Order: sequence, then structure tokens, then C-alpha cells
Amino acid sequence: MRTIFAALALATALTLPGMAMARPVTLAATLKSYGGNGAYLAIYVTDPKGAYAGSLWVAGTKSKYYEHLSDWYRATGGNTAEINGITGASVGAGRRLEITLDLADALFDAGYTVHIDAAAEDMRDSPNEIAVPLTAQGAGQSVPGRRYIANFSYDL
Amino acid sequence: MIRALHRWLGLPALVLVTLLAVSGTALSVFPAAERISAPQAEQAMSVADLAARIKAAFPEVEQIRRSPSGRITAYWFDGGTPASAVIDPATGAATASADPNPVQRWLTNLHRSLFLDDAGRIAMAAGAAAMLVLAISGSMLIARRAGGWRRWFAPLRGPLAGRLHVELARGAVLGLLLSSATALWMTASTFGFLPDKAVVPELPSGVSGTTDAPLASMPLLAATPVSSLRELSFPNPGDATDVFTLKTDGGIGYLDQGTGATLGWAGLSGWTRVSETIYMLHTGQSAALLGLFLGLTALAVPVMGATGLLLWLTGLKGRPRIRDNAAPGCAETVLLVGSEGGSTWGFAATLHSALTRAGQRVHTAPMSAFDPGRFSGARRYVVLAATYGDGDAPASAKGFLDRLAGLSAAPAARLAVLGFGDRSFPAFCAYARAVAAAAEGRGWPLLLPFESVDRQSPQEFARWGLALGAALGIDLELNHLPVRPEVKELMLVSRRDYSDDVQAPTAILRFALPSLSAWRRLTRRGFARFEAGDLLGIVPEASPVPRFYSLASGSRDGFLEIVVRKHAGGICSGELMALEPGKTVAGFIRPNPTFRLRRDRVPLVLIGAGTGIGPLAGFIRANTSRRPIHLFFGMRLPGSDFLYREELEAWAAAGRLSSLSTAVSRGARPRYVQHALTAEQLEVVRAIREGARVMVCGGRQMAAGVAEALTRILEPLGLSPAILKAEGRYVEDVY
Repeated sequence: MRTIFAALALATALTLPGMAMARPVTLAATLKSYGGNGAYLAIYVTDPKGAYAGSLWVAGTKSKYYEHLSDWYRATGGNTAEINGITGASVGAGRRLEITLDLADALFDAGYTVHIDAAAEDMRDSPNEIAVPLTAQGAGQSVPGRRYIANFSYDL
Repeated sequence: MIRALHRWLGLPALVLVTLLAVSGTALSVFPAAERISAPQAEQAMSVADLAARIKAAFPEVEQIRRSPSGRITAYWFDGGTPASAVIDPATGAATASADPNPVQRWLTNLHRSLFLDDAGRIAMAAGAAAMLVLAISGSMLIARRAGGWRRWFAPLRGPLAGRLHVELARGAVLGLLLSSATALWMTASTFGFLPDKAVVPELPSGVSGTTDAPLASMPLLAATPVSSLRELSFPNPGDATDVFTLKTDGGIGYLDQGTGATLGWAGLSGWTRVSETIYMLHTGQSAALLGLFLGLTALAVPVMGATGLLLWLTGLKGRPRIRDNAAPGCAETVLLVGSEGGSTWGFAATLHSALTRAGQRVHTAPMSAFDPGRFSGARRYVVLAATYGDGDAPASAKGFLDRLAGLSAAPAARLAVLGFGDRSFPAFCAYARAVAAAAEGRGWPLLLPFESVDRQSPQEFARWGLALGAALGIDLELNHLPVRPEVKELMLVSRRDYSDDVQAPTAILRFALPSLSAWRRLTRRGFARFEAGDLLGIVPEASPVPRFYSLASGSRDGFLEIVVRKHAGGICSGELMALEPGKTVAGFIRPNPTFRLRRDRVPLVLIGAGTGIGPLAGFIRANTSRRPIHLFFGMRLPGSDFLYREELEAWAAAGRLSSLSTAVSRGARPRYVQHALTAEQLEVVRAIREGARVMVCGGRQMAAGVAEALTRILEPLGLSPAILKAEGRYVEDVY
């Protein structure tokens, strides 16, 4: 269990009217026991057109391995300035990651989607492991991932 | 300086470096195993063919990877469940599980981070750095000891631990340099210190929006051979805007899933290429043989660690600590020591501390470390040199004369040479004299004329100290207390007396093994492990200077046996000859590796006279493998000093002794042992032809007579004692 408070990560990435209104959101992901080293995760948001909008969290500190978070890496070019202050340790198999951060109200029910790319050493890259729309209604609902994540949810 | 660095880095790093090496050796097996087990693609196969085959077998394929060993792995979804397998490129079918090997993963994590993540990575990187410095400093020490880089593989002398340490290092150092240097690069890369980040092409802005182009129609896939493939990622099913991503050993590109057109390409940067090559070198991926070689060289590390530790402990005991040793560059007096057994170091330590007390900056070093370039502040040199054998350089002086001869000019700082030796040897201080003569020949100015110290005489040393002090204009009082070796009380259990009638009483004395500490038994040093031919030092009550006797037994025999002849006025032999069973003397073991039985099967020609039969009898006693041994033994009168007569008969009957020829020097027809050799020369020649080794033990005159006789006997073979000596087939222990 880890709880991290990241402040207004998206405020710098997104310039939308009404950004001043924000609420704390808790993102929680539990990993499967996939039998490998700690997983790297990139949690980010795309806009209604599917374009990269900004990063929420990256688990894993060695930028050398970021290329395996392939969708996120392609969108950001692995630019570490993009995730300054919102990185933490990789998440071991069977462990749980929990982050609390302030997300702008305007992102909810507006066609934005939360994505997670995942990868572990010597195992498959799993871009788009999770893709869930950000809606007020979807809060608290658990979604399974494709390869590494047993379930993911966000709580308002 | 280099030695100090090597030692003081090596000791604390021992555990870490050993852990790195052992885990590295274990890991080195995996790439080779993978290379053997993985089905390989045929030469001309393209990525398009391979991808099509796999797509046919696994329609939901997501990614295809090729490891440097040639192993191809596919990842796909099977009705929503992720699956993966090693693929046979010939059929596209799965052949084996692609799950990472848990043992390999465990070892890898131990090897690179001790399971401690970043802290562990830093610790292991420090271990690798230590290994790198140890390899470099060790190489410099080997070169210095051998007398130059060109003599890297020069034969070694000395105790087993030291030889093993250097022997292994000479073979393994290249691999260790490569392993440790690449490890540091990889750590730097992991921590992001190197600009070797993967570069990806700009995200394609316009895609066709269509899907399902046949893989075979994609020009880039058709043009890329499987051998250069790294990874092919398929687009997300149901996402028409996604693309194929192809990684090869040349770069990364995107392909349109509807048209197959190449949408962007970025080549690998130079840094990335270097990092990949280094990764390959370190892990042995795609170079399994190199990996195995590195693993094998790493295996030498634990042995070098253990022998290094042993060397340090031995040095700690055998050599006094030099306190306040000034750095070589700023010392005004440079003290160079040529010592074989360590006693000369004791004198050096006394001189060093006296000079230091007189306000001098003194640097003390072995003579083999002589290098005027390093002693830039030197105003005078003092050489204290013992002699090995017949005038050879002692262990710590090897290469000194070569270095002196190799200088463009002798140093301007003046020189004093003091020799240490024993006047009863004809080659008294021969090596020190050779040094003094060579220095004079090079025009090296003298501070003091050559002097010598007989049998570690503190008085002679003090007298020379006064002369040195006068030359320097200081009061120099040298109070040298010889370092007493660590002795044990040895109890005489039995004695056999011979030759009362030839005015030279001789006896075979047998002592019980002393009780030993667990540490001694564990390190198998001193009395815990000795062999016939090693020396037993006896410290008589009346003198602190030990006398040495060749051992006629090994530790396996369970007793200590020596042969002693009473010398007129001899302090030590007098005490020993008067010793009664049950009484004790103080003694210690000094290894004598040059005069020992080697572990081979070649015949031996053993030649000895008088008490010289001691170690030879020990060799025959130990000859359980029944190699052919021919013994030539010279005595005075068979009735009085036929030492070991009964044993020799028993050993001959048991097959441990092939032939015995004796010579009797008193009587009607006086004969010496060399006459017996000449009489049996056919036998001797035959043995030499079969590769026999000659071992001579006894008085100096006898040894000279034997060498002369053998010169004549060997001449028709085109051989000589000198040639055999150079081959290690002719060894002497003379006194």
C-alpha cells in the first residue's frame, strides 16, 4: 500500500477554462502476481480526440527503461521534464499502488480517458494496459487490466 | 604505493567482489544455454515472412521479439488472456514457455543490486570499481615483480599461495578488466548518466485510417532480415490510428497498418550503439563463448581473494611493520630491501625508525620496486640485501639489477649497500656484492663503502649505523633486536646415534608434533603442514639466531625428523646432540618449496652424503606411488654412519626405492658419492633420458664434486647440470 499526494500535476499540462476548480482523486491499481521484477507504470490522460493530454504518475525511476512504456513514450519522447515530481518506485508483482492527486473538475465527463502503460523486465510491454473514461459515475468502479494489473479504480 | 592500494582495497572489497564474481559465473551459463536451445531462423528469412507465419498461428499476436541469442518470442492474446511462447521461426508454432527463468532472475537481481534496488546497485558498482582498480594495480605489481611487461609469463618462485595468486591473475585479468569496466558503464547507463536514451521517431501525424494490409506487402518488413530484428509491435486491434512499430539493430520505425508504408524512422545514436555493445560484452548475450570465458575468469576471483588474504596474513607475521613510511616522492632517504625469509626486513625497520627519529623522511620499499623516477626527492639510497642460494637475488629484490642496467644514467643521489649473509657460505653476501659492483660499474656515487653483516650480528649492524650516521652528520644508534620467529617447544621422542668412532657423532632425532591452534590447522601453516625438504629452524638456548635443518619427514608422517652432526664448537648442534628424549628445544618451520617432492611421476636421482641423506630419506619414505628412485649415498664407514640403513632396506623391499649405490670415504679404497655416480653412469643416463629429476643434498664440496661428475656423464647427451637446472630438473640443498 502506498499513498502519494501529487499536487495539481495536470494544471501545468492542461490549459482549460475552469481549471481552478479541482478535487482530490485517488487512483488505485493492484498488480497480478505475474512472476517478474517490479513493473513500470505510466498513468496519463488523453483528450476527447485521443491525443495525449498529460501525465499523472510514472512508477519506476530509471528513465532508461521508459521506452518500454511504449504508447506513453511515443507521445512524450520520454521527456523526463514532463513527469518532474510525479515519479515513484516501480510496483512489485502482487503489490498495490495508490496515489492521491488533485484533478481539475473540467476533466470529468468531458471525454477524457485515463490510460496506464505497463512493462516489466524481460516480459512483454503492455501499452494501454488500462483505458477508462473519466466520469463521475465511473468513480469507484474496478476495471481489470490486460496483463499486469488485476484491477484499477479511481475514487473521488 | 601500488601494493598498498591493492591490499587496502582488496581486503575490504573481498566479500563484495567475490559475490559479484560467483554470481556472474553462474549467470554466464544462461546465454550459452539459450543459444543452444533456441530454434534459429534460416539465413535469408525476412521479418515479413516471420510475422506472417506467427500471425497465422496466433491471430491476436501483439508483439514479436528476437533476443541477441536468436531466440524468438511472441506475445499474443488468447480470448482475452495474455499468452507468450518461444517460437520456432520455421513453422511459427510455439515450442517452449517464454516465462522468465526464476533462477536467472534471482541471480541477476543478486548480481546487480543485492536485492536492494538503488542502494544495492551502487554497492555492486563500487564492487566493480574495486575489481577494476584491483585488476589494474595487480597487473602493475605482476609486471614489477617479473621485471617488466614483456616478462608477464615469467616462471614464478615462492610459496604456493603467492604463486597461485599470480598464476590465476595472469590468466584472468583481461576478463576481469572487461567485466568490471563494462559493469561500470552499464550502471552509469542505468542511472541515466549517459546520453544513450532510446530515440523514437516523431509520432506520425497522418495515417491512412485503413487496416489489414498483408504483412508480406510491407516493404520495410520484407527488406528486414530476421537476424537484425529486435522487436515488432502490432497495432492495437480496433484502433485504426495505431501503427506497427519495428525495432531493428539499426533503429526504430513506424508502419501504416492499412498501406504498409513506412511512416517514420529514427536510427540508433552512437551512444546507444556503444551501450548495446557493452551490454552484449558484459552479459554474453549473442556472444555466448565470450560470456563463458568471462564467467570462467570470474571464477578465479574467490581463489585470488583467499590467497590474497593468506599472503597478507603471512606478510603480517613474516615482516615487521614499517611505521611512518614516507611517500616515495617526498622521501629524502630511500631504503631498499632485498630479503628472502624476512629477517632483513627487521633490520630495515630498525634503520627506518632510527632515521625517522633523527628527523629524516624515509621511504622503505622492496628492491624490486626500485624506480628512480618515483623517488624524485631522494638524496640518498640505502640498500640492505640478503642473498639467495649461490648469489641469486632474494625474493624481494628480483629484477633490481635489470632495472639498474636499464637506466639511462645512475641516480645522482649517493648509495650505501649493506649485505647480509653467513660467512660459512662461500657465496657470502654474493648478491649484495653484485649490486655494489653493478652500481659502481654504472658510476653511481657511493655514500659509504660496501659493508656486510654476518649471521644477523646486531653489533656489526650497529657499527655500520655509526658510519652511516657520520656520513649523514647525525647520531645514528641502531639497536637491532632480531625478530624471533614464533617458536614451539618440540619434545624429543627418540634418537638414534651413529659413528662415535669417526669423531663426528651423528644422530637421527625424532620430535613429536606440537599441539596446534585451530587457526593454524585451518590455514595449514607452520607445523600443520610441512614436507620432507622443508627446514626446521632450531633456536638454541645460547643464541637468538636460529639454525636450520632439513626435515626428513612430512606432517603426514606425524613426527619431525632431522639428522644432526656435531660440529666442533657448534652451539646448536652441541645442544641437540646432548638432548635426551623427553626434553625439548624451541623450533619453527620454514618452507623450502624449491627442494620438495613434486606431484608428478618422473624418476628421481637422489644424491647425498652424510647428514644430507635426511630429506632424501624423507622423499623415499613419502614415495607411496612407487616412482623410480635411485639413491646415491656417501658415508664414512658402513659400520658407523650408514644412516637409515634398516629403513632403506625396508623401503627397497616395499618398492619405494629402486636402487641404492653407496660410496665409503674411509677405508682401503676411499670413494666419494660422485665416484658411485660415475660407476653407475649408464643407469644415471637412462634415468635422465626418462625425464628424471636430480636432487642433491649435502656439503658444498660434495655438491661441487657431483656437479663435475654429472657434467662429464651428461655431456654425450648434449646436457649439463646448468641446462637441467634451468629446466628445474636439477636442484640442490647445500650447506
